[in-house]
Order: sequence, then C-alpha cells, then structure tokens
Amino acid sequence: MSIGLEHYLILSAILFSIGLYGALAKRNAIIILMSIELMLNAVNIAMVAFSRYIVPLLLTGQVFAIFIIVVAAAEAAVGLAIILAIYRGRETIDATKIDLMKW
Amino acid sequence: MGLEIAFWLLAVVGILAALGVVLLRNVFRAALSLVLCFLVVAGIYVTLSADFLAVVQVLIYVGAISVLIILAIMLTRDVQLGSLSNKLRIPALFVAILFLGAVGFATINTLWPVSGVSPVMPTTEALALKLFGEGGFILPVEIAAVLLLAAILGAIVLVREK
Repeated sequence: MSIGLEHYLILSAILFSIGLYGALAKRNAIIILMSIELMLNAVNIAMVAFSRYIVPLLLTGQVFAIFIIVVAAAEAAVGLAIILAIYRGRETIDATKIDLMKW
Repeated sequence: MGLEIAFWLLAVVGILAALGVVLLRNVFRAALSLVLCFLVVAGIYVTLSADFLAVVQVLIYVGAISVLIILAIMLTRDVQLGSLSNKLRIPALFVAILFLGAVGFATINTLWPVSGVSPVMPTTEALALKLFGEGGFILPVEIAAVLLLAAILGAIVLVREK
C-alpha cells in the first residue's frame, strides 16, 4: 500500500491529539508550551501534505507553513518570557497555582 | 518503496517522541524528546518534497526554539518536581481521543481530490516567487516582520530587571 494523503493527515491528527492532551492535562507551564509547539508542528504537517497532494504546483500550503513557523517562534519567545516573569514574582510555574485572575 | 519505509520509520519515531513529551516524568528529558520530534517533522517534510521547509524546521525549531525551551527549564527550579498532571487528566485524555476519532473518521471518509502531478522539486525559487513576486504574499511578509519585532520587544520588556 503506497503512502497517500490520508497517512499524513492521520499522523498529523495523532500528533495534534498528543499535544492537546499535554496542553490540557499538564501542570508545568513549560510542558504546556511544549505541547502547543507540538500541535503547531502537527498542523504544519497537514498543511504541507495538502500542498503536496492536492495542489502540487501552487505551494500555498508551504507558504502558510512558513507563516505558522514565524508565529510559533514569536509565541515561544513571548510565552517563555511571560513564564520567567511569573516565576520571578511567584517562585512557581505550576499552572494550577497561577490563579490570580480566577474568580 | 524507500519513501514508504522512510514514512513508517519517521511516523513511529515521531509518535513515540511526542508521547515522551507528555509522559516522561523528567522535564528535561521531555524537552529532549520534543527536539527529536522536531527532527522527525523535518524528515516528514523531506518525504513530502518540501526541502526548504525541512531546512527551516531544523534551523528554527531544532536550533532556536529548543534552546529557548531548555534555557527556560534551566532558569526555573520546578524541574525536580517532575512533569505532573493536574486533576483534569482523564477528561483531557477523553477529549484528545474523541478529537482523534473525529478527525480520523472525517479523513478516511472524505474523497480527497488528489492530483497526480509530480511536485516542484527545488522549492526554494518557487517559494521565493510566491512570497515576494507579483500577486504573492508580500503584505503578510511585511506584517510578519512587524510581528517579530513586537515579539522581541515584548520579550525584552517582560524579562527586564526593574
């Protein structure tokens, strides 16, 4: 059985689900950020697979993947800076204990 | 044939590495597992004949973002606590499996309009024409530059000592 679009989409869905579980169920804020990076990578695989199999000559999916990488890099920089700022103020990065804005 | 072996190998290693990110107790080992997963995604791009994106993936994710994450782990002292789960673990697992089932069902039952044309092979020139050429994505490129500048300034302002 040759490799087709479905294989890449299922792989992308599995990686996205693992990232979703990590982002919802983890307490360490850095692990949550790592899970979000995992989800963004899974989306990129789906984008490139669509670009390769459905419009092989247009490359639009790859352009979108480049923009996702740019946004992910900005998100990682700002997110880790926020985590370090919280750690400096509260001495913890446990997401269940950072509840200042919870009512 | 070689493509199939490469895909299955990369898929198995990638899923195991992604599981390592969420299941390993040690935060630092989870970060190293994430680096392995990024490398596998670069390999997946190669099998999809996206050569430029594979290089960008290695440079930005494996090179820059993983260093940022490991630096943040080093600077916070929650490492010895390990990677704990909160009390939403079972509902989160349920939601993730439900999502996987829904997406898998939709993927298998959709008739994709797959085109048989072979892809452009050195993608760098074609991507550059797409990004900077006539009728391309030049406005998003400029906005991305502003976004990166704002992100760098924001990160500096957030971590600066008062």
